[in-house]
Amino acid sequence: MRIVIIGAGVVGLSIARVLSMYKGLDIVVVEKEPDVGWGASKANTSIIHPGHEEDPELHPLRARLCVEGNKLWRQWVKELDIPAKWPGELMVFTNSEEEKEALRYIDTARRNNVPGVRAVYGDELRRLEPAISPMAVGAVYAPTAGNISPFEAVAALAENLVENGGRILVNTLVKSVRIKDKAVEGVETSGGFIQADIVINAAGVHADEISHSAGVEEDFVIRPRKGEYIVFDEDTSVKPLRLLHTTPTSLTKGVYAITTTGGDLLIGPTAVDMPYELKEDTSTTLEGIEYLLREAGKLLRELPPRSLITRTFAGVRPEPPHGEWLIKVYEEPWGFINVAGIRSPGLTAAPAIAYYVADMISKSYAVSLEHRSDWKPYRRGFLRLHGKSLREIDELVSVNPDYGEVVCYCRTVSKAEILEAVKRIKTIGAQVTLDGVKFRTKAGFGRCQGSFCRWRIAGIIAGLEGKEMHEVVVKMERYGLGDVKKMLREGA
Amino acid sequence: MTTRELTCIVCPIGCTLRVTILGDGDIKVEGAMCNRGVEYGKQEAIQPKRIVITVVKVRNGEFPTVSVKTSKPVPKECIWKVMKATANIEVEAPVEIGDVIMKDICGADLVATRRVRRIISQKD
Amino acid sequence: METLVYDVVVIGGGPAGIASAIKADSLGLKTALIENRDILGGIPLQCIHPGFGIHYFKEDLTGTEFIERLIDRLRVSSVDVYTKTHVHAIDVIAHDEKIVNTVRRSGVTRFVAKTIIYATGARERHLYEIGVVGDRPGSGIYTAGEAQALMDIYGVLPGREIVIIGSGDVGLIMARRFSLEGARVKAVVEMLPYPGGLTRNIVQCLYDFNIPLYLGHVVTGVKGRNRVEKVIVARIGENGKPLKETEFEIPCDTVVVAAGLIPNVGLLEKIGVAMDPATRGPVVNELLEASIPGVFVAGNALIINDLVDYVVEQGELAAKGAKLFIENNGVPSVDWVRVEKGRNIRLVVPHYISGERDVVIYARVQQPERNVYVSIPEIGYFIRLTSVKPAEMLRLWIPGRILSRVDTRRITLEVKPA
Repeated sequence: MRIVIIGAGVVGLSIARVLSMYKGLDIVVVEKEPDVGWGASKANTSIIHPGHEEDPELHPLRARLCVEGNKLWRQWVKELDIPAKWPGELMVFTNSEEEKEALRYIDTARRNNVPGVRAVYGDELRRLEPAISPMAVGAVYAPTAGNISPFEAVAALAENLVENGGRILVNTLVKSVRIKDKAVEGVETSGGFIQADIVINAAGVHADEISHSAGVEEDFVIRPRKGEYIVFDEDTSVKPLRLLHTTPTSLTKGVYAITTTGGDLLIGPTAVDMPYELKEDTSTTLEGIEYLLREAGKLLRELPPRSLITRTFAGVRPEPPHGEWLIKVYEEPWGFINVAGIRSPGLTAAPAIAYYVADMISKSYAVSLEHRSDWKPYRRGFLRLHGKSLREIDELVSVNPDYGEVVCYCRTVSKAEILEAVKRIKTIGAQVTLDGVKFRTKAGFGRCQGSFCRWRIAGIIAGLEGKEMHEVVVKMERYGLGDVKKMLREGA
Repeated sequence: MTTRELTCIVCPIGCTLRVTILGDGDIKVEGAMCNRGVEYGKQEAIQPKRIVITVVKVRNGEFPTVSVKTSKPVPKECIWKVMKATANIEVEAPVEIGDVIMKDICGADLVATRRVRRIISQKD
Repeated sequence: METLVYDVVVIGGGPAGIASAIKADSLGLKTALIENRDILGGIPLQCIHPGFGIHYFKEDLTGTEFIERLIDRLRVSSVDVYTKTHVHAIDVIAHDEKIVNTVRRSGVTRFVAKTIIYATGARERHLYEIGVVGDRPGSGIYTAGEAQALMDIYGVLPGREIVIIGSGDVGLIMARRFSLEGARVKAVVEMLPYPGGLTRNIVQCLYDFNIPLYLGHVVTGVKGRNRVEKVIVARIGENGKPLKETEFEIPCDTVVVAAGLIPNVGLLEKIGVAMDPATRGPVVNELLEASIPGVFVAGNALIINDLVDYVVEQGELAAKGAKLFIENNGVPSVDWVRVEKGRNIRLVVPHYISGERDVVIYARVQQPERNVYVSIPEIGYFIRLTSVKPAEMLRLWIPGRILSRVDTRRITLEVKPA
């Protein structure tokens, strides 16, 4: 049975992973970008939420799958070798109004069976978080919160899927779902028609368009909601221990200040509704930066100077109507499944969503799901120089001398890692791009933002692919226009 | 008799020169701190010239290009001719500083300003 | 793991490092030079324009010619050169024992050194650091140094319609390079009311090619989906913030960020060397020794220079400092006199002098001024200059016999109208 999943983000690939555990399923993930996870999956706050912020009356599915997802990720990060930490989170309040709002979540925690959630004040708060702002009156502490490296999670899921026989088709845009006789036939894509028995729509901000093309849920419209972020470099002196965030209001979920798994200080997101046409607008704004720096003052005792902002970025959330996830299996057209509008806690719930979808397929479509005995749960990340002791580095280099050639000074990334990243991109069937290598190795993420190493990495890729340096693709377009004499030859 | 003001580009000081073309065709240059400036001022009034700096492609070298310059300033209108000429040539490594890459273009030679050692395949 | 022992370990194979290694070797010190890349030369390798060596060699050379001469001198010296060697961390064990831990293809190599000369150069400010927001198209945004390496070493043309942010010399020189290769530079955008680079470069890089220079303007945003499509430019108001009502667009496919350099001092920061927030480089004495004894700093890692001649001079001075350190088991103690910044001085090194030897002071002014005296009133030193500009570093040689007049704990370098 052929299952086509539209969208190689964290949700689509999680579903793919779970489905790959069963016999008789040919899984194909179709992705419009050159690589996996380039939508919201790589531009989010990276939090694995405990689930105490999900109202079980208003959003029962979100609440349940969030709590389940939190548990499942603990296992998945080990199996898939994804960087993760579990420091717990503090929902900080700075006045009595915010306090009242924050304390309500303790009750929500109880109703959702989220363990350990309690209010902390004064010395206990400062012990839990030495970097806490003096503006903080107290906080609601939820010990089961964690954060992961979201892009590495997606890359790991993709590698593990391919290892287990799944396929990923990049640069393949799904234009519509083909229905015949009230059943799914397949998907029309930029690369031609792909037959499918079941089509799972996990297309992020474009999921509503896909659903409409299948003639389903005409009223379901995704509103793009942009979230901007600021990143300060890893050697900033300000590093919160816990995941800090402001108390949610009716308008926003709150701004986070966290230390990422890579060691950077991440502050964000904003929450700005965008016009429908601007679904892929990931531009940053001055207002966004100002807002985040102000909010961060409620969380952190001190902020690094603005001149140390390493980068800013934005992600677009696929906001569904009423915040309600649309996860549904359809009898008509048979074979079409919506997993749409997966806004927060989407990342957290992804593994749970995957099992939920598998369960629905088994029940609603009477598909017999039998575990494969040859399913491989484990995937190893590659070895990195960064953070290793001298002894460990020496050993690493003695096994592979390419580890002895450091290409990115800021993040200590070696040639071996560049080569490994290229290899893994190819293994999952993605296109080799500078960005893909950057996201996998963290080269170019440091202080210099690639001004030293980008051309060196392009040179390595050019050599590997037998290309000219200017032909290396950065993201979608090439690194350079052509050779330096191009304009003179063509007549300026 | 017209006087124009211009900045000397011969050295980093950048004196402001006042260049006057006198009735008898002579040129007066004021404001220069050295002789080179005076010469520059005169030349700029008659026929502005510039040294052209660019790169030329190299085959089998440690770098894919060699940097070059014209051996002396060439008339400004001729700069494009020099640049166009560099568009289609490729030199073979090794190249030494001072090697003449192209002779007699706009009254000057194009000479190499970087050493490029020979290697069989280009890497990195 | 390999261990090698040296009197001097020089970190960085650019002009500062090469010059200091040559000097240290000529002073009889056992010297190692460490460079991460597989070639020596650093930034001058990609500087194909003249302006190098006017003082040092008394010739106007291109950066490429200048560095080749230095490398030739290095080759005939006894310096041990280690390329493809990355300095991972520095450990300070004792007064005269530092360990430079490196990573090479053969594994970890530990260089045990009595003294270190840190000559790692500078890094460029990038788009985010200068607060430009907007889209982040994958292609079309480069720093000036990156664009220069691409064009003038790797023979790659970055784009065809360029907007350059910053009117310092690097930006101006790249404007000319792009124009010569047939690309069109649509604007150079400078936030200050005066250009950052030398007037000669404004003439031969902008006027010669009819490139518009927007002073007192900033690029407020970049637009473009996969490649840069345009930039938004606005004039700066009295409060230093961009005025939205003056915004206009410049269509382009390439943005080159030439917004200045910052000393590359991460490894020094990690061992706790004291930094000067103005230069963003280390605090040093007149021998260019940093706050950790026996660690010397030269070149752009110390202070951003405009002339390679000064970089080389700093390298040689650092080597002399290392020699003195080794001969006397430390730079002899004195009552150091602090060098303070007076009127219109934005940066100055060194920060401490002894009053016992000749000193070279490198400084930059805050604002351009005409007809001034640059002086140190406490010792009665002054020199008259017709103009001073932030883009032109002041180099003042002050003989020891004048400095020995000082009887205060501090001296002030200041600029006064004549």
